[in-house]
Amino acid sequence: MLEIRNLHASAGDKEILKGITLTVNAGEVHAVMGPNGSGKSTLAQVLAGHPAYTVTGGSVTYMGQDLLDLEPEKRAQAGVFLAFQYPVEIPGVTNAYFLRAAYNELRKARGEEEIDSMDFIDLLESKLKVVDWGPEIMSRAVNFGFSGGEKKRNEILQMAVLEPRLAILDETDSGLDIDALRIVAKGVNQLRRPDKATILVTHYQRLLNYIIPDYVHVLVGGRIVKSGGKELAHELEARGYEWLEDTVGAAP
Amino acid sequence: MTEALVQEFEALAGTATAESPEWLESARRSAMERFARTGFPTGRDEDWRFTPVTPITQTKWRLPNGVPATVTGRHLAPFMFGHAEWTTLVFVNGAVSEALSTIGPLPRGVLVGSLAEALRGDGALLEKHLTRHAPVEGSAFTALNTAFLREGGVVYVPAGVELSCPVHLVFLTTPEAVGTVTHPRNLIVVERGSRASVIESYVTLAPGSTYWTNAVTEVSAGAGSWLEHARIQRESEQAHHVGLTHVDQQRDSHYRSFSLAMGGALARHNLHVRLNGENIETLMYGLYLTRGEQVVDNHTAIYHDQPHCRSWEVYKGVLDDRSRAVFNGKVFVKPEAQKTDAKQTNRNLLRSDQARVDTKPQLEIFADDVKCTHGATVGRLDDVARFYARSRGLPADAAERLLTYAFAAEVIEEMALEPVRLELERLVLERLGGI
Repeated sequence: MLEIRNLHASAGDKEILKGITLTVNAGEVHAVMGPNGSGKSTLAQVLAGHPAYTVTGGSVTYMGQDLLDLEPEKRAQAGVFLAFQYPVEIPGVTNAYFLRAAYNELRKARGEEEIDSMDFIDLLESKLKVVDWGPEIMSRAVNFGFSGGEKKRNEILQMAVLEPRLAILDETDSGLDIDALRIVAKGVNQLRRPDKATILVTHYQRLLNYIIPDYVHVLVGGRIVKSGGKELAHELEARGYEWLEDTVGAAP
Repeated sequence: MTEALVQEFEALAGTATAESPEWLESARRSAMERFARTGFPTGRDEDWRFTPVTPITQTKWRLPNGVPATVTGRHLAPFMFGHAEWTTLVFVNGAVSEALSTIGPLPRGVLVGSLAEALRGDGALLEKHLTRHAPVEGSAFTALNTAFLREGGVVYVPAGVELSCPVHLVFLTTPEAVGTVTHPRNLIVVERGSRASVIESYVTLAPGSTYWTNAVTEVSAGAGSWLEHARIQRESEQAHHVGLTHVDQQRDSHYRSFSLAMGGALARHNLHVRLNGENIETLMYGLYLTRGEQVVDNHTAIYHDQPHCRSWEVYKGVLDDRSRAVFNGKVFVKPEAQKTDAKQTNRNLLRSDQARVDTKPQLEIFADDVKCTHGATVGRLDDVARFYARSRGLPADAAERLLTYAFAAEVIEEMALEPVRLELERLVLERLGGI
């Protein structure tokens, strides 16, 4: 589904990704872990097309197309979804309006008819259950005045509605209490299907108690320094990241 | 121009009549003398530094004559917020139209009517308030309005009376009024413990035509009163609009203003609020949407003369094309006005490289135990917000419109009258071409 080859990316003059190679197949869940500043969030954001980063080398192929050549909205329409680490507040626009607008854009891109607000409310009913929310949340402005946990839950709600083929979760677990963490995990697990894939970017092993990954990759200094199965996450939990930073001679 | 206006004034001025009693004649005369001395402001005048008034001063304006018979309720419908049944006073080209106005049953003692009619009636109310709040010393335009005042809306709510339905004052300009000037003069008096909502609309049936509106509204808010005051300025984009709203608030009163400015080649509104007692609350919200070569200027001034008062101000602007906006927010806190809590915010969204904003907070604080803050921003939409919307599948232009709408909606939400709020939302959506 996703093939990242020798990906280099910079923010301004600073190179952050220094040659990432990673293959994600349909049906798989990959955890990307690493210490602060390792580039793991940058990887997530580059895949979604964040304007703050410039790709300076390498390639990313998604479903047979050059992902890096697509505008952010085209990536979304092709089924890529990024759950933001810091979801943006949009005062003045309701959650319902925003989500329906997004949903309809994806439908239009697939050549399907837009759905009206009544039908959308029906659709929402089941999706809201995924995140244990009532319909009240939909009349609030997008993320405006939401707590940190509510913002993350809202990202999962959007993901549940938009049903991406490739979901990328950028530290969705950070700052969450255990209940919110369970809700996030439930949302991700419900989307776990043979035709879909998930990349979980996380600093801590904690989330991986609830979402069992197929593969774990450790990013240090803009490179993947170690890959393994779910047991690698436990090893990181026990030993920290220092031993891996040492093995690569550390990042500059 | 100044000379011509003086001559015109002399031609109109006569002896006192029922519609112009002696006290008013004398106020007119001193206003005209004032104007004759100062003339129009120039770029050297600090208050007009960014807003050249030459489009007004280089034109010879005539006073309009009579109401054209062509205006019907159907013409007015788009400006009524879907509530033609509200107490509505309609002025067409400066003259009241009884046929188009709707004055339903009002609580005992409440007066809603035209100024000319009121002058024929209760002289005491007008003598106490009219020309007593808005100082002619402040501005040449106010002086001119006072000198030429003939018509406008009068709203009087006696002590303890609550008006359940809003009062709507509509100033409509039609194509017949090209080249004219009107000087609408409104008086709103809400006595002790009363409650009312008043909307002023400045609208046109001649979107491309040039005329000049020079409006003044005086507001007296009694102790413990509650007043919601909206000002909807949708003049022709080739017209000029100068307006002053002067508010005097007494202790424990609550005044909330919302000002929309969309029209005018040159549009200037001054909102001055004087807090004459303790425990007053003043909320001032504004939204301006400009395009083409429009120049839209908002000057606000709040006078914290007494302790324990709160003022809260948010003005936002969305600018397209080569349009310009000016914001000046004055906050004066007297030495005795301790425990003042004042906050002022002005935010501007530039949607074109050629649009320009001059924003200036002006705080003069002479008390030491106060909380006064201000903030002004001028900028583009946030890149991360734009990316967020696009990452959900919204095309770049749709994301741009959605976020622009959101920017404006944040202040529109402060409009407490729902039908007006819905209309404001519609107007912004229409300007953006939908979201």
